[in-house]
Amino acid sequence: MAYDKKNEVLEAWTQQSYAYGFSTDIETDKAPPGLSESIVRFISAKKEEPEWLLEWRLEALRAWVGMEEPVWPHLDYKHPDFQAISYYAAPKSRPKLNSLDEVDPELRKTMDRLGISLEEQKRLQGVAVDFVMDSVSVATSFKEKLGELGIIFCSMSEAVKEHPDLVRKYLGSVVPVRDNFYSALNSAVFTDGSFCYIPPGVRCPMELSTYFRINEAGTGQFERTLVVADRGSYVSYLEGCTAPQRDENQLHAAVVELIALDDAEIKYSTVQNWYPGDAEGKGGVFNFVTKRGICHDRAKISWTQVETGSAVTWKYPSCILKGDDSVGEFYSVAVTNHMQQADTGTKMIHLGKNTSSTIVSKGISAGRSHNSYRGLVQMMPSAENARNFSQCDSLLMTSTSGAHTFPYIDVRNPTARVEHEATTSKIAEDQIFYCLQRGIDEEQAISLIVNGYAKEVLNKLPMEFAVEATKLLSISLEGSVG
Amino acid sequence: MLNITNLHARIGEHEILKGLNLHIPPGEVHAIMGPNGSGKSTLASVLAGREDYEVTAGAVDFDGVDLLELEVTDRARAGLFLAFQYPVEIPGVSNMNFLRAALNGKREYQGLEPIGGRAFLELVQERSAWVQLDGRLKNRSVNEGFSGGEKKRNEIFQMAMLEPKLAILDETDSGLDIDALRIVSEGVNRMRSADRSFLVITHYQRLLDYIVPDRVHVLFDGVIVESGPKELALELEEKGYDWIKERVQ
Repeated sequence: MAYDKKNEVLEAWTQQSYAYGFSTDIETDKAPPGLSESIVRFISAKKEEPEWLLEWRLEALRAWVGMEEPVWPHLDYKHPDFQAISYYAAPKSRPKLNSLDEVDPELRKTMDRLGISLEEQKRLQGVAVDFVMDSVSVATSFKEKLGELGIIFCSMSEAVKEHPDLVRKYLGSVVPVRDNFYSALNSAVFTDGSFCYIPPGVRCPMELSTYFRINEAGTGQFERTLVVADRGSYVSYLEGCTAPQRDENQLHAAVVELIALDDAEIKYSTVQNWYPGDAEGKGGVFNFVTKRGICHDRAKISWTQVETGSAVTWKYPSCILKGDDSVGEFYSVAVTNHMQQADTGTKMIHLGKNTSSTIVSKGISAGRSHNSYRGLVQMMPSAENARNFSQCDSLLMTSTSGAHTFPYIDVRNPTARVEHEATTSKIAEDQIFYCLQRGIDEEQAISLIVNGYAKEVLNKLPMEFAVEATKLLSISLEGSVG
Repeated sequence: MLNITNLHARIGEHEILKGLNLHIPPGEVHAIMGPNGSGKSTLASVLAGREDYEVTAGAVDFDGVDLLELEVTDRARAGLFLAFQYPVEIPGVSNMNFLRAALNGKREYQGLEPIGGRAFLELVQERSAWVQLDGRLKNRSVNEGFSGGEKKRNEIFQMAMLEPKLAILDETDSGLDIDALRIVSEGVNRMRSADRSFLVITHYQRLLDYIVPDRVHVLFDGVIVESGPKELALELEEKGYDWIKERVQ
């Protein structure tokens, strides 16, 4: 942020707190644009939060005001005006549609091709569904089953009220409020998100998905997710969905924190398909996400992501391997087409002895897009016999797209072993011709080749997700070879 | 089956085929021989429809249709198969998925339902045995990590699966040892039938000991300059191409 701009924000912040004071009308449904202490107090009051959480938010706000928007990513976009955004709007249900006929036909076509069932399409598009078929009833029985095992899975707001000790203990423990510009912003103004706790020794019997969370009233642009896997437990968590998601909010800055205590395992899978903007890149979502997990002794965290959406993606799901013998994994497919830009990768911070990490990143660039892998592998002095293997591949679909790799390796222990492999290739005309000559049409040929390229990562996704993600890749890249 | 009349083709500004004529009746095997750079592989590429080549004149009739009017995929689906000189590797794509997509593409073109899983596997079992391609190779990615001989056997296996009307073998013998050459040739011979034709492109007479042709043509500087029975291949082996070059010039 330029000096002037920073001043402007500071000024606005100090002035606004006077302008609105502490008397912002608690009955209003929408906060005025801008970010100030009074706005944060307003949000916290609206959500009837305990004092400690308000203090925590305010600390984040103070930190944010002194921070600058990062300029180091390989991204070029019009920076958002943070004082023009309204940071609170009462959760409101989307306009109910009477039938799928009212849904944008383009969107429907894509969903049909992804193989999303009609009921599911209705749910996603907010079409009123038959009560018996309503996902709410499914979710209720689902929740009962989890309850029997002592698993907590609810919205963040609910967790703050029902399980304050857990939230207070772990919130901000992996991503501190001062961590970075966007996480500080999120900490100050987050309105909701998901909370999940798995008790010691419990293996969560099903994939946890936000789909099944009952109070799904638009978690908004500043989502907060906290997953705690207690000693010896296991959970697989799914985020996002393959269906194209449109959102009126251009800026999204989510924070996800994972805590894997001794011998626990968390598998976190994401399919991100936010609106990428039109072919010229106009109107797409900016996605600035901070995701990080901490592994205690013998714990394992595995991040798998398939990123096809958003105009701008800034995202580095990371692992702090604090405990001895802990394991971190990152598997990623990032697709950019048209004018999309992605700067994504991971950080593996090795602290414990015998820790190991694996990074497999597959970038696919089409159109005039830019796709960057940025990763850090850090072996701290305490990380005896730590190991890392990284593989970063880039596939170019067009000669107008760009692929970039920024690997950072920092080794401070002589017993550590770090391996890095990287390749960049252009989709081969020869491969396409070979498929065509066997009677496979061009669209299917590209789909075969791209999915073959990304297979190692797609295989890490839970089964159903993988099937949809495979189709999603093909659809995202339609007609993009050149 | 295949009737080529006055075919001219070029790559960039460089004309390679200069009025080629060739007629292959159904059920026959024709061999094309010729020195390096005479246009043999270009002919295979033009027939298969590779974009780099531009056809500037001539006509190609393939079993009653104008071949040059068809897209690459439709040429394949209509029954034209090219066994590549250098088969392409496609990492991460299983041989089985690839073949099934190919077979179903052809079936769709013919107005048939996609092949059932069981019928497909039975066909794979039967046809892979023709070229002694073991299970390990069938389940790997397309040509990835295959030896030269394995790649060529895989080409013939694909041909056996797709049952083309016309198969073009582009220097299928290159890089093969004697055993692999025999296996590949046996696979081809097994496919010979009254309604299937072959165009065998080769440098060496050796292959034609195994796959005995009905006719042999000599391609030189973009045109067929000599045609004859299978004995012509022996003559070429003995005398080389010089006498033909001299006669043409």
